[in-house]
Amino acid sequence: MNENKTIKESEEEITDEFSLFDSWEEKYEYIIDLGKRLEPLDEKFKVAENIIKGCQSTVWLTSDFKEGKVFYKADSDAIIVKGLISMLIKVLSGHKPDEILNAKLDFIKDIGMMTHLAQTRSNGLLSMVKQIKNYALAYKSADAA
Amino acid sequence: METTTTISPTFDVNIIRKSFPVLEREVNNQLLVYLDNAATSQKPQVVIDALDYYYSNYNANIHRGIHTLAEEATAAYEATRNTVRDFINATFSEEIIFTRGTTEGINLVAYTWGRKYIHSGDEIIISTMEHHSNIVPWQILCEEKNAVLKVIPINDDGELLMDEYKKLLSPKTKLVSIVHVSNALGTINPVKEIIDLAHANGAHVLVDGAQSSVHLDIDVQKMDCDFFAFSGHKVYGPTGAGVLYGKKKNLEEMPVFMGGGEMIKEVTFAKTTYANLPYKYEAGTPNIADTIALKVALDFVTETGKQLIRNHENNLLKYATEQLKSIRGLRIIGNAKNKASLISFVIKNIHPQDVGVLLDNQGIAVRTGHHCTQPLMERFQIPGTTRASFAMYNTKEEVDRLISGIQKCIKMLS
Repeated sequence: MNENKTIKESEEEITDEFSLFDSWEEKYEYIIDLGKRLEPLDEKFKVAENIIKGCQSTVWLTSDFKEGKVFYKADSDAIIVKGLISMLIKVLSGHKPDEILNAKLDFIKDIGMMTHLAQTRSNGLLSMVKQIKNYALAYKSADAA
Repeated sequence: METTTTISPTFDVNIIRKSFPVLEREVNNQLLVYLDNAATSQKPQVVIDALDYYYSNYNANIHRGIHTLAEEATAAYEATRNTVRDFINATFSEEIIFTRGTTEGINLVAYTWGRKYIHSGDEIIISTMEHHSNIVPWQILCEEKNAVLKVIPINDDGELLMDEYKKLLSPKTKLVSIVHVSNALGTINPVKEIIDLAHANGAHVLVDGAQSSVHLDIDVQKMDCDFFAFSGHKVYGPTGAGVLYGKKKNLEEMPVFMGGGEMIKEVTFAKTTYANLPYKYEAGTPNIADTIALKVALDFVTETGKQLIRNHENNLLKYATEQLKSIRGLRIIGNAKNKASLISFVIKNIHPQDVGVLLDNQGIAVRTGHHCTQPLMERFQIPGTTRASFAMYNTKEEVDRLISGIQKCIKMLS
């Protein structure tokens, strides 16, 4: 997805954009807009095995491994979650498993979205990041075998 | 002419609010509006002080020590038992068993009474609007005993279909376990009628009082329930201090729950005899501090006046219901004629989680999700709701902030 940018560069791009916002409304309107614009996931992928199910909303996540790089697609029935996923995909999709596994994702803290990493938001960023990294790890192991 | 001076009790929400320090807190740069009371209520300063005073002055293990601190702690702990007895109008203090909360109380009955009296082919009746805590323990029991779980259906307003309940009752029915006030809909169930019908049929009844104990006057003798479980933390008390009431006869006949210290009379390697009620069911060192502070919380409620609190909460419920109904695309889930002060709702094309996140950013705390009632959400064909639940310290102004907060959510999300 971002073949010419490193993960770090994509993170900085998001942080820079967020630095222009003065209020929480602007931040969330931006995230909501990202959610609305996220490419819809084909219905065939909206199956039980792709669900990251938690207490609140449903998230579907799929991945592909092409030429040593992992590509992600995702969707959710909640729009803010979808916007957050959109950012994760923008940053992580199209990179090598090792790069994804080592990504620190500091931008989440920098843009003030740490609350979404809390354990209580079981469908928040935390479980998504875990699942994204799990895929990367699986491809890495499969590739090494 | 004889003149009498009647001091009419007053209810001033602004004075009450001063008793709850957390209400002065700001969340996301705005004064907190706490409308998640059905999950847990905030604690008045007197409760916080009671915890502090216990640990600072007379922390000791109870019932065994003969020193001063142990005697003071034991007396305070047992004083709570008497207060709880009065709070729910039980006949005897030994009918009051301290638990961690409602869930533990229900499980205690399932694992003791259930194991002894439920046999293969027996039936247990619950309802569609039960919390998972009043579903899962019975499913576990039914699976173990090869018994059958039956479910009372509800109408679209969220009320029990009593005729269907009557049809479910049979000689096989051994237990009816029913929620008093629904945590997701607010429905107040006609427990007295449910209990009378069950008893006429020879079945026992457990009432899940997690939501009702804070709003309604509880009289277990009048209700005639066999078991009543509630959680102290929803009645302005600390977490981890709950109550299971059981009729003395039932509690005496039931087998023990957990084995250990406190619940024994005599232990030899050959045989152990068990302590009398209520200690038979209170193995190990109990939650002394929180149980002691629970008395203070219940006294606070009683002194404030349950009827006055209820009037205030009902006014908020009425006002909030009217205001919410004026919002386009908003649908209230649960429109029972008899309702406690909580409102669940959904908004067209908007996920409850998004509403929750955006309200939090405006300093408003509500609950979103399935409220641990997944079969109920399934019944209404919704993924979850947003729930605002009111307590004695909430105000009309806070309802206004909720309404404008929701309007802002809708604007941002559509």
